Amino acid sequence: MGCAENSSLTNHIKDAYSRVLSGGPVYLFLACLFFVLFIIGVISGIYSIFIAGSRHSYGASREIPLAMLIATYTFFVITSTGLCLVSSIGHIFGVRDFMPIAKRAVLLSAITILSGFLVIGLELENPFRLAIYMFVSPNFSSNIWWMGVLYAFELIFLAIEFIFIMIDNHKVSAAAGLFALFFGIAAISNLGGVFAMLQGREYWYGPYLPIFFIASALMMGCASIIFFTVIAYRIEEKSLDDAMASSLAAVGKLTMIMLAVVMFFTIWKMVTMTVGGTETILVIDALVKGPFAFNFWILEVGLGMIVPFALLMGSGGRRIGIMFIAAALMIFSFFFARLDMVVVGEIVPLYWDLGVKEYSVLNTYTPRWREILVVLGGIGFCGIAFMFGEKIFMDSGNARRPEGAESEGADNEP
Amino acid sequence: MIKKLLEAENLFKKSEKISEMDRREFLKIGLAVTGVFAGGSIVSAVSAAEKMFPPGTYVEKYPYKPHYSMVIRVDQCIGCRRCMNACVSTNSVPDYGWRTRVLEKEVSDAIGQKGEFIPILCNQCNNPPCVRACPVTATYKDKQNGIVMMNNKKCIGCKICIAACPYDARYYNEEKGAIDKCDFCFESKLSHGEKNVACSVICPTDVRVFGDLSNPQDRVYKLIHQLQKPVWVLKKETDAKPNIFYMKG
Repeated sequence: MGCAENSSLTNHIKDAYSRVLSGGPVYLFLACLFFVLFIIGVISGIYSIFIAGSRHSYGASREIPLAMLIATYTFFVITSTGLCLVSSIGHIFGVRDFMPIAKRAVLLSAITILSGFLVIGLELENPFRLAIYMFVSPNFSSNIWWMGVLYAFELIFLAIEFIFIMIDNHKVSAAAGLFALFFGIAAISNLGGVFAMLQGREYWYGPYLPIFFIASALMMGCASIIFFTVIAYRIEEKSLDDAMASSLAAVGKLTMIMLAVVMFFTIWKMVTMTVGGTETILVIDALVKGPFAFNFWILEVGLGMIVPFALLMGSGGRRIGIMFIAAALMIFSFFFARLDMVVVGEIVPLYWDLGVKEYSVLNTYTPRWREILVVLGGIGFCGIAFMFGEKIFMDSGNARRPEGAESEGADNEP
Repeated sequence: MIKKLLEAENLFKKSEKISEMDRREFLKIGLAVTGVFAGGSIVSAVSAAEKMFPPGTYVEKYPYKPHYSMVIRVDQCIGCRRCMNACVSTNSVPDYGWRTRVLEKEVSDAIGQKGEFIPILCNQCNNPPCVRACPVTATYKDKQNGIVMMNNKKCIGCKICIAACPYDARYYNEEKGAIDKCDFCFESKLSHGEKNVACSVICPTDVRVFGDLSNPQDRVYKLIHQLQKPVWVLKKETDAKPNIFYMKG
C-alpha cells in the first residue's frame, strides 16, 4: 500500500516535472526570469541585513522607519486576503459563478502570503529572533504579534483547504476555507490596526485603515484572479471555456463594485483630512500637489481607479482582454498606493508643531536599489510559484462549470 | 476661553474663601493661554499630574519607586549641547544616532528674545506607545523605576517602536543589533549606584533636573508640585503620559 502510494507520488512529481519542461519557450523564459529575480532579491536582502547593514542598503531611516518593504508586504498580504475572500464566495458560500476560480484563488492566496513573508523576512533586522521570541516572549497588546499569529493560521488553513481541494474532499476543504477566511479577515484588519493604533501618527490613526484594508483586499483579490487566470490560460495556450468566462464576468462586476467602494473611501479620507489640522493638511498638500502628486493622481487615482473602472465598464464582462488590462493596471497602481499610504504617514516631522529648525522640513524617502531588488525578489517568488503551481496543481483546460448554470456566451479570447 | 475665564472669576466673587478647586481652575485657564506661545501643551502642575495618573492617585501614590523624572527648565538652556556630547560618550551613542537632542527655535519678529532651545529625549511615558507596539516585549516599562528599557537580545528590528514613539526618541543601533534609546543612563550610571544622569551632570546652566517624582524631598518633586510656575509636557494629546516636564524659571 505504502509502496503504491510512493509510486503514485513519484509518478505525479514526474508528470509535473515534464509539464513544467514542456511549457514552451515563453513559459520557460518567464519561469527563469522570475527565478532569477527571486534569487537576486533574496541575495540582496541577506546581504543588506547581515553583511552591509540595512542603514547602508535600504532607504528607510529614523524619520521614515517603515518604507517600501513594509509597503510591499502590505501589498502582498492584502492581495492574499482578497484572494481568500474571492475564493470563499464560491467555495464556501456556494455562489456558483465564483466556483471555477476558487481553486486557483486559494493557491494564489497562499503564494502571495508567502511572498509577503519573504519580503518582510528580508526587512526585519533580526528575523531569527522573531521565530523564538514570538513564542517565548509574546506581547498580546501588539498588533504585529497578532499579525504574525493570524497570518500563520491563515496560511495553515489555506494549505489544508488546498490539499483537500486537490483530493476532492470539498467538505473538509470548505471547513478549512472558512477558518482561512476568518483568520484572513482578522489578519488584514489587524494589519490596518498596526498603523491605525499609532496615536502619534495622525494620518494613520483611527478606525479607517482596518476597514479600508478589508475593502481594498476584496478589490485586489478580484483584480488578481482576473489577471492570473488570463495568464494561466495563456500558459496553457487555451481559450477560456464558458464556465470560466462566466466566472470572470461575475468577478469583473464585483471588481467594479469594490473599486467604487475604494473610491469613496479615498474621497472621504481626503475630504476629512482637510479639516484635520495642520499636519493632515500638509499630507494632503504632499499628495495633491507635492512630491507624491504623480503617484496619487496618475497612479493611484488615474491608473488605479478611473481607467480600470472605465475599462471594466466598457468590457461588459465579456471582453476578457480589456478586463485583463484593467486588472493589471489595478495591481500595478495598488503597489504605489500602498507605498504612498505607508510613506506619507511619516513625512510630517514629529516636532513640526514646535516650530523648531530641526523639524521644519518634511521628511523625504527615496528607495535604494537593494531595497528595490528585494521587492523584485518578492515578485519573482510570486511569479515562479504561480508558474510552477499552474503546471503542478492546476489544469486550466478542465475548469468545470457547475451543472445548471447558464452560459452567458462571450468573446472569450484572453 | 474668555467665557470660561469670566465664569471662573465669578466663582471667586461668589465666595470669599477660594477653594483649591477654584484655584486650579484659574491656573488651568491662565496656563492654557500661555501654551499658545510655548508651542507645547501646557497645563498647571496639579492638572498635569492628574493627566498622568488615574484620579486620586496623584498625591497619594506614584506607580514607581523611585519614579524617575526630569524637569527641563527650558529658558535656561544656552544651546551649548554639552548634554548631547555627554550622552554620546557615556552611552556609546554612534554618530548616526542620538538619545537626546537640543532643538533650536528662532522667531525673528519676536519682541526681545529671538529664540530658544528645547532639549528633547525619551519621555519614559507611563503609557508608552512603543511598549504596546513591540511584538516581543523587547522594550518594556521597568516595574520598579518606570524607565522604558530595552532588552537587546529580544529585539527583532521591526522598527514599529520607532514609528510608534511620538517623541522621535528611538533609532536602530547597528552595533547593538537592536533599537537604542535613552534609559536615563540606567545601564551606564544609575545601576552602578550613581544618582544623576550624564546630560544633567554636565549642564552648565542647570537646565535638566533629574530626580524622583515620588520623593517629596527631591527637587523634581518640588518643581512639579508648585503652582506658581507653569509646567507642561510635549504631545499631551497622544495620552502617552510622559515623565519629562518642561518649565521656565
